[in-house]
Amino acid sequence: MNNILNQIGIENYIFLCVILFCIGVFGVLYRRNAIIVFMSIEIMLNAVNLLFVAFSTYHQDAQGQIFVFFSMAVAAAEVAVGLAILVSIFKNMNTIDVGKLKNLKG
Amino acid sequence: MSIILILFCVLSFITLATAFLTIYSRNPIHSAIYLVICFFSIAGHYLLLNAQFLAIVHVIVYSGAIMILMLFTIMLMNLNNRNDVHKPRITRLGAIVLFILMCVVLIGIFINSKPIVGEYISTGEDYQSIKVLGKILLNEYMVPFEFASILLLVAMIGAVLLSKKEKITK
Repeated sequence: MNNILNQIGIENYIFLCVILFCIGVFGVLYRRNAIIVFMSIEIMLNAVNLLFVAFSTYHQDAQGQIFVFFSMAVAAAEVAVGLAILVSIFKNMNTIDVGKLKNLKG
Repeated sequence: MSIILILFCVLSFITLATAFLTIYSRNPIHSAIYLVICFFSIAGHYLLLNAQFLAIVHVIVYSGAIMILMLFTIMLMNLNNRNDVHKPRITRLGAIVLFILMCVVLIGIFINSKPIVGEYISTGEDYQSIKVLGKILLNEYMVPFEFASILLLVAMIGAVLLSKKEKITK
């Protein structure tokens, strides 16, 4: 069986994942809507997952894919709790603009 | 150019473009739909790397569960007419400058570090079928597996408690 990375190269995967991660960071900084910030966090998590799988293929080892399973479980838990928090924030303050949530500022 | 390389380029372009459009589009529902396309293309990357089980799980968990949850939340909040938030220009400029700087620095690190990429080995043994993954998951990673289940349980209880309507006691 031929290794798929013979034809693509691990460097291309590294560059793709770096750019994807940077797009996620850009989203966190650029948008004020808290749900879009959540989506950007998902994009960052996915960039790292993709790199895990690429290196798992590179080393011909399954451990990288196991890590991806755990990070998916953590992401699912994070989204469930985070969206519940967002809904309760929206019920109390009627906005989810992160620029306006500054009650703790004093 | 082999067909696999062309496939990789097309998938990467779709991934990056939809990820960017997710952030750029004004309407949150459009963002969510672009994000679904982005997740599907990442599942395509997993298929390209021959990780079939992971691709299926990715489609089920991300494109299925997480995005449905987000769409429900967006529709629950009815944000369509209040997304005209005025951002200060300095914030936008700062975000764009930081994005470009971070890209340059990270890519520069990876180019300049000259990673030792050896030969792409293919041992021929099966390492990513469901059988092998299940054996590793339930032998070596038994304790983290159980902790993951506890984490999901706690997250479920937390989500229910947080979104429950509070009784007004006076």
